Parts: sequence; structure tokens; C-alpha cells
Amino acid sequence: MNPRRKKRLIITSSLVIGLSLAVGLVLFALQQNIDLFYTPTEIVKGKNETGIKPEVGQRLRVGGMVLAGTVKRDPTSLKVSFDLIDNGGGIVTVFFDGILPDLFREGQGIVAQGELKNATQINAFEVLAKHDEEYMPPEVADALQGMDHLKTDKNK
Amino acid sequence: MWKWLHPYAKPERSYQLAGKLLPWFTALTVITFVVGSVWGLVFAPADYQQGDSFRIIYIHVPAAMMAMAAYSTMAIAAFIALVWQIRMAEMTVAATAPVGAVFTFIALFTGAAWGKPMWGAWWVWDARLTSELILLFVYLGIIALYNAFSDKVLAGRAASILTLVGVINLPIIHYSVVWWNTLHQGATISKFEKPSMAPEMLWPLIIMIVAFGAFLGTLTLMRFRNEILARENHRPWVTALITDINMQKLTGEK
Repeated sequence: MNPRRKKRLIITSSLVIGLSLAVGLVLFALQQNIDLFYTPTEIVKGKNETGIKPEVGQRLRVGGMVLAGTVKRDPTSLKVSFDLIDNGGGIVTVFFDGILPDLFREGQGIVAQGELKNATQINAFEVLAKHDEEYMPPEVADALQGMDHLKTDKNK
Repeated sequence: MWKWLHPYAKPERSYQLAGKLLPWFTALTVITFVVGSVWGLVFAPADYQQGDSFRIIYIHVPAAMMAMAAYSTMAIAAFIALVWQIRMAEMTVAATAPVGAVFTFIALFTGAAWGKPMWGAWWVWDARLTSELILLFVYLGIIALYNAFSDKVLAGRAASILTLVGVINLPIIHYSVVWWNTLHQGATISKFEKPSMAPEMLWPLIIMIVAFGAFLGTLTLMRFRNEILARENHRPWVTALITDINMQKLTGEK
């Protein structure tokens, strides 16, 4: 390889490596802020690394699984409340007044956006369904019922 | 070791090679597209959870994968263009960028159309969606930069540098669903474990991925040939080629 080419190779490689390092460090520093949502455990106990809890009145998103048996609907309005849980064991209650997505049901992953009312309660103005990456025909899903095939929310 | 590649640094040889490959890519595109889309959209079973809405995966996932594959191609070509200063590599970057941009747009658009019925929102600023949007902007930036210079040598070099700057986005897109909490679900097939998809749904998806790959190849080869002709339009071989075509038209051999 002639010297000029070698020089260009070094410059180009260091451009790519330097940029990767810079972006990597930026993303590492911003790690907590890039998460789309808090998990219930993070709201109850604080973020894993920093231990910072969200403040009451803060606008935030919470993501977790709808705990079975906790969905309470108001018979005369669209008001609904349900508990969200994740692997860490934290539980928060979400209050929502509106139309839930079609995929909403017990055990479903949900991302709710709203205001923290108190330490474990959230007034949501938007509820989104989060589905997992598994796809299968209904018959297969029926056959797998009872077996632990549906991963619980993979986010700790 | 790379001796066999040297003749293709000549535009004429590359032009001819691209022309020879083109019909094969076109044929593969047509066959796999028809088989994959009919199988996926008609015969594959509906999903237990999402019903028929999940079928958008047969467009969304291949488009997103090929948008990233196109960018990887461009990044490798840009690196070669900068270090070895091979003009064919610069032309590859210029030829691939608009195709990749369109594939990215398709992925974003079908993703939004899928997100509305399933998640309940057209758009969410989560890490996966945002990084994919950045990919689209990077593509548009490369296209704009390449066309901003009238001197194509300079244009090719500038576009190559920007391509390399943007390559850092690729791992971010891929790992965004692993590193951060996102609304977007994790990877179904591009991971080291067994794909989390029933085989009768997976096969049409694989065929569609091949189809989009072949389609990407077809469009890129076509654009690559045009790029060569446009940049070499003063060369004798291009003039001869055009004279040949005109002669054939005149004598009626179409």
C-alpha cells in the first residue's frame, strides 16, 4: 500500500472510530433519557443506576403489564383504572378516561402517558398497547396456552 | 488477491457487468415478489393477537432491513472511495442513496400504518422510530450534498464522508430496542436465537426479504448504469454506445 493511500486509510478509519466513540459516550450519558418510559418498579423504587424517583406532578410514561383482575371500568363512563406490574415487582395504578387500544387486555404490555398523581398513581391521557415480537396462528397460541410461552415484559 | 477486481475500476467494464446482472436481479425480484406477497398476504395464517393487521410485516420488515442493507453498502463503498479513490465506488454511493431513502420512507410509512391500529398511535418518539427517522434524514442529506456540487469529483468525496459519518446510526437502529425501553417490539428474526415466529408465517417473510433485496439490487444497478453514463458522457465509449443505439433505432431493429 503506498504511503498516500495508507495516510488516507488512517484518516478515514480514525474518523469512523472517533465518531463512534463520541456518539457512544453521548448515548451512554443520555441513557436514562432515551428510555421511552419508566417501569413501575422505577417509579416506586427509583431508576436502577441513579435511584432518582419521578416527582409528583411530573409528566411521564409508564410501561408494564396489566395485572390480571385489576381492570375496573366505570359502568356509566369511559373511565377505567388498572394496575401495571413488571418483573421488578413494583405496581402502579393508572387512571384513564378514553378509548383503550384494541390490544388492551389483562396481561398485555401497555405504555401509558400521563401525570404522576402520587407515588404510585398516574392520571393517563394516552394509553398505547405494546405487543411482543412473537407471531403465531391462533391455533398454535391456543395449544401453547398455559405453557409459559408469552414472555413477560422483557424490560426489567 | 484483488487483481480480478481491477478491470472493473474502468467505467466501461462496470457498466457492462451491471447490464449483465440486471436481468437476473429483475427476474428474481418479480418471482420472489409474486410468491412472497401472495403467500404472505393471502395464505399465511392470521396472528393470534393482531389478526390480519400483522400482515403489514411482509412489507415493513423487508423494507426496513433493506434500507439498512443499502446504507451498509454505501458505507463500504464510501470507505473504498475515500481510501483508494475509486470513482466507481463514489458512483455506487450516489446510485444507492435514493433507493435506500425510499426504502426507509416505506418502512416508516408502513410502520405508522401498523402502529395506529395496534399501538394506538401513528408515531411515538421512541428510540427505534427516532433513529429510523434520522436514517431518512441522513439519506436525504447525502443526496442533497451529492447534488449540491457541480464538480462531481468533489461531490463524490463529500457524499462519501457524510455517508461514513452516518454509519454510526446503523448499530443504534438495530440495538435501540435492546438498549432502551421502547414501544417498538424487539427483533423477531435478526437475532441469534430461534426466530419467534411460526414457520408458516416466517417463510413468506424470508421470501419477501429476498424480494426486497433483489429489488434493491435491480434499482441500484439501473441507477448505477445511469450514473456512469451521466458522469462519463464525454468519453468515446459512451458516444459510441449512443450512436449504436440510435443506429439500431434507425434501421428498425428494436
